[in-house]
Amino acid sequence: MPVEPHVTSPRTLSEAYALLAQQPHRPVAGGTDLLVQITGELGDPPDRVLDIWHLDELRGIAVDGDALVLGALTTYTEMRRSPLVAEFLPALSEAAATIGAAQIQNRGTIGGNAANASPAGDTLPLLIACDAELVLGSERGERSVTAGEFWPEYRRTALAADELLLRIRFPMVGDRQVRFRKVGTRRAQAISKVVMALAWRGDDGTAPWRDVRLALGSVAATPIRAGATEAVLDGASPDQSTADRAASTLAGELNPIDDVRSSADYRRAVAARVLHRLIREAGGW
Amino acid sequence: MTRTLPPNSQPTAAPDALIIPLETRVPGRATTSLPLRREGPAKLTGVAKYADDLVFPGAWYGATIRSTEPHATLVGVDLAEAFDWSQVVVVTAADIPGDNVVSLIRDDQPILVPIGGEIRHQAEALCLVASADRETLRAAKRHLSVRTERLPAVFDPLESTEEFSHLEVGQGDLDVGFAEAELVIEGTYRVGHQEQLYIENQAMIALPHPDGGVTVHGSCQCPYYIHRALKRSLQLTDEQAVVVQAETGGGFGGKEEYPSMIALHAALLARKLGKPVRMIYERHEDLSATTKRHPAVVTHRTGVMRDGRLVAQEIDVVMDGGAYCTLTPVVLSRGVLHAGGPYRCPNVRIRGRAMATNTPPNGAFRGFGAPQTEFAAETQVNRIAEALGMSPLELRRLWAYREGDTTPTGQVLRESVAAPEVLEAAAEASDFVRHTEQTGRARAARASDARSASGIGLAMGWHGAGFTGSGEVHIAGVASVELTDMGVVRVLTAQTEMGQGTKTIFPQLVAEELGLEPEEVEVAPQDTSIVPDSGPTVASRTAMVVGGLIIKAARRLRAQVEAVTDRPFPDSYQLFARDHGGMRVDERFEPYPNVQFDDATYTGDAYPAFGWACAVARVDVDLDTGEVIVRDVVSADDAGRIIHPVLAEGQVEGGTLQAIGYATIEEIKLVDGRYLNDRLATYLIPTSLDAPRIEAILVEKPFSGAPHGAKGIGELPMDVGAPAVVAAIHDATGVWIHDLPATPERILAALTGAPTPAAPGVSVRAPDRGGA
Repeated sequence: MPVEPHVTSPRTLSEAYALLAQQPHRPVAGGTDLLVQITGELGDPPDRVLDIWHLDELRGIAVDGDALVLGALTTYTEMRRSPLVAEFLPALSEAAATIGAAQIQNRGTIGGNAANASPAGDTLPLLIACDAELVLGSERGERSVTAGEFWPEYRRTALAADELLLRIRFPMVGDRQVRFRKVGTRRAQAISKVVMALAWRGDDGTAPWRDVRLALGSVAATPIRAGATEAVLDGASPDQSTADRAASTLAGELNPIDDVRSSADYRRAVAARVLHRLIREAGGW
Repeated sequence: MTRTLPPNSQPTAAPDALIIPLETRVPGRATTSLPLRREGPAKLTGVAKYADDLVFPGAWYGATIRSTEPHATLVGVDLAEAFDWSQVVVVTAADIPGDNVVSLIRDDQPILVPIGGEIRHQAEALCLVASADRETLRAAKRHLSVRTERLPAVFDPLESTEEFSHLEVGQGDLDVGFAEAELVIEGTYRVGHQEQLYIENQAMIALPHPDGGVTVHGSCQCPYYIHRALKRSLQLTDEQAVVVQAETGGGFGGKEEYPSMIALHAALLARKLGKPVRMIYERHEDLSATTKRHPAVVTHRTGVMRDGRLVAQEIDVVMDGGAYCTLTPVVLSRGVLHAGGPYRCPNVRIRGRAMATNTPPNGAFRGFGAPQTEFAAETQVNRIAEALGMSPLELRRLWAYREGDTTPTGQVLRESVAAPEVLEAAAEASDFVRHTEQTGRARAARASDARSASGIGLAMGWHGAGFTGSGEVHIAGVASVELTDMGVVRVLTAQTEMGQGTKTIFPQLVAEELGLEPEEVEVAPQDTSIVPDSGPTVASRTAMVVGGLIIKAARRLRAQVEAVTDRPFPDSYQLFARDHGGMRVDERFEPYPNVQFDDATYTGDAYPAFGWACAVARVDVDLDTGEVIVRDVVSADDAGRIIHPVLAEGQVEGGTLQAIGYATIEEIKLVDGRYLNDRLATYLIPTSLDAPRIEAILVEKPFSGAPHGAKGIGELPMDVGAPAVVAAIHDATGVWIHDLPATPERILAALTGAPTPAAPGVSVRAPDRGGA
């Protein structure tokens, strides 16, 4: 039985800030997570909801200096259709295409994915791997938090009660490569069993990798970086021995759980095998 | 994608297959000779009224308070003082005037557990609440608590000591067979639960009558099951209990027996309250509490000769019935009767038992026990072919039943045996031999670090049409065709439309007999105060059994009218009605000629006829992740004479996709006897992106016992899809998956030699419950 919490729909960002400063609200953008939760069966629904869908200040995809900037209300469909995303961060187009299905992609937003803080959020490993910065705002002003620090614990974010997520900045790095891979139960409308983003800097082919970032979702209470595996890859060439070492290091450093969607054994094994494949494909062997 | 047999296709390979003339139809689109679905326009335009669309002014909302323990004693139900209970009505077992049982096979399942009674599963109904609005109802639920004392629970059917039923069928001498055998192959196969996942959740609305009677409107397959249940537990007469089917959004067996429970709940609340009560399940409650396909463990031991001859089959079937009997003995019996597959074997013994566990009761689901045992049988056959170094197609050519063969119950298959035809049709259309050579070469040449692999797999099956054994004789269904005094011809049966086409094919059959157009024949509503009890809409019996009854009734009506008017029926029936009033012809089921079954010894004609099917699936397997994409499936199905090819193909396509879900992704995990996959976010079925190209081939081997030659088609394709997919996974990867679903977890474990994941369908125990 759905419950209907009190909903306020501000028309401007300053109006939204003022409401948040008065009392806590649960912001809702596309509603693809919240509307499932307010059936009243999955925990207590929020008392007050702040509908931010009309805040056009939070829309738009643009290049700003050395960063690709996506407003928090950018939908997956907009990401998939954006020439800028296709040019500067094609892995994000790829990730957006794996989320839900057409209806979800039309409503779901990158800001909502980040703020919902699910450990299975499909874009989150990509944000981490790309060193994205999340720009938060309130009546107190704006501040930036790196993606690596945005999800401190299970289903928590760095957002204060009076803050909104405004936009996400992806630094553009000329020689950076990014790969994305999701393993789910079916080809659409599936929550990930394992989701992985791998980024590195380096010339094409077999040149050694620098600034390696390996981030994963659905394998821990939050999206995580696999630090030990990154250390194996940093400075190494994408050859078979690197792939073997990286895969076994990743299997060793992950500590996933058995749940309704998959098993710890499978998640560990498949993460290692997918990583091995990504390195192999990058190395061209 | 569908197609008919092209006129020039393999007449030599399938000599008796009746070919549907191409000019009579356009695949996927009805022609003038194929009427559109009777209820289609209303469904397409949103005019159709499903239960939740029905408005009854003043109706209250009902809710069910359920157990959260798998096995316990119900000590008490406490109503908190902080809540004003005058705003709601509460019903407990003490409010049930008649028998506190959901009337079915065995009187074991209570409508509501009484105080002091035994709670046997996590979703068991303990009491009911209704209120004028949902907010109050929610508040009432929060202020109501139940006290229980936990009892030890049993989750594994192999550990259970409580048996619902057992049976054994066989022929020949097993010892002689195995002594003769040159090769003995063993295998154990396990399948888990499967949810029907009808689009419309379970829903019933009850309206009290001033005299204590009740009318229920709702989503169901079998109005007369509910009618019987209401009469017995509410102590009503035939007339006081009225059951009306609302437009029904799918059933697949899930609305065979469970609607009796929800109708009883709604009726109890409505009678106590004196107002209509709506009992509409949300998806979470529906998934948590309603019946699923029975999990099963099937063990095979098969003796063969080196030249491929089958000499001995020993099969053991254990099914998990869950907490209550429901239809389990009948599911088990169908499972056992089909467990050997459609193959000739001189020495056979098949034993089955169905056990109780502290999990929600399992019940009817498309295929009704056969998909479980036929998955095991077909996977065993494919493994035997591999062990013999023979093609799975050649082995089946050798083994498949032909007319004159005898089944393990001693049934002589006198006619309508299309096993060879469906096998050849599917093999030909899928180009099985050429693809098998290709995948074999690719497998031999494949590098150890390849990313993906393709495979092809074949399985065949059979499905007894209509009720098992003497079931139809016991039902003794009555169906009628009426000429009303207004000059309208209408069909009166209790057969429900749930998307499969009852309301379309019945007018077709009657119109054909009377010389009318299908549009000129009406279908009376499925309302127990109007239509006779023609039996339940289950077991693929509607087209064959009840379709046969209305044809006979229509013939008699025609003869009687023409005897009076002395003119052809189409030209004279309206004049007849004007001059002589209406006429109704009732037709009661008569046993099919020469079909006899002995319930005591389980010998004889287990079914009047069988449908036959063969599926060939092609898959791609991601060797990194174990993910499977089913690319295409060819399914050749013989259901006797086809009444409406477009609807029949729809059944083949839908059944095939449901079988693919069963084969690959549909899994329910349990903790402490509770389903974990109890939402659509966690119980996943194939989406349109996951659906393969499906080619349905209709092969027609008419059954002479039915006047129109039809058998049943609804369940048949469900039996063969899963083993074909598993065979294709083996062809791609070289590993046999013995457990369904063949998830990436199971495939990857087999590929890497990791331990096999836990058996499907068996609940694990919760870790320490903190002293509960």
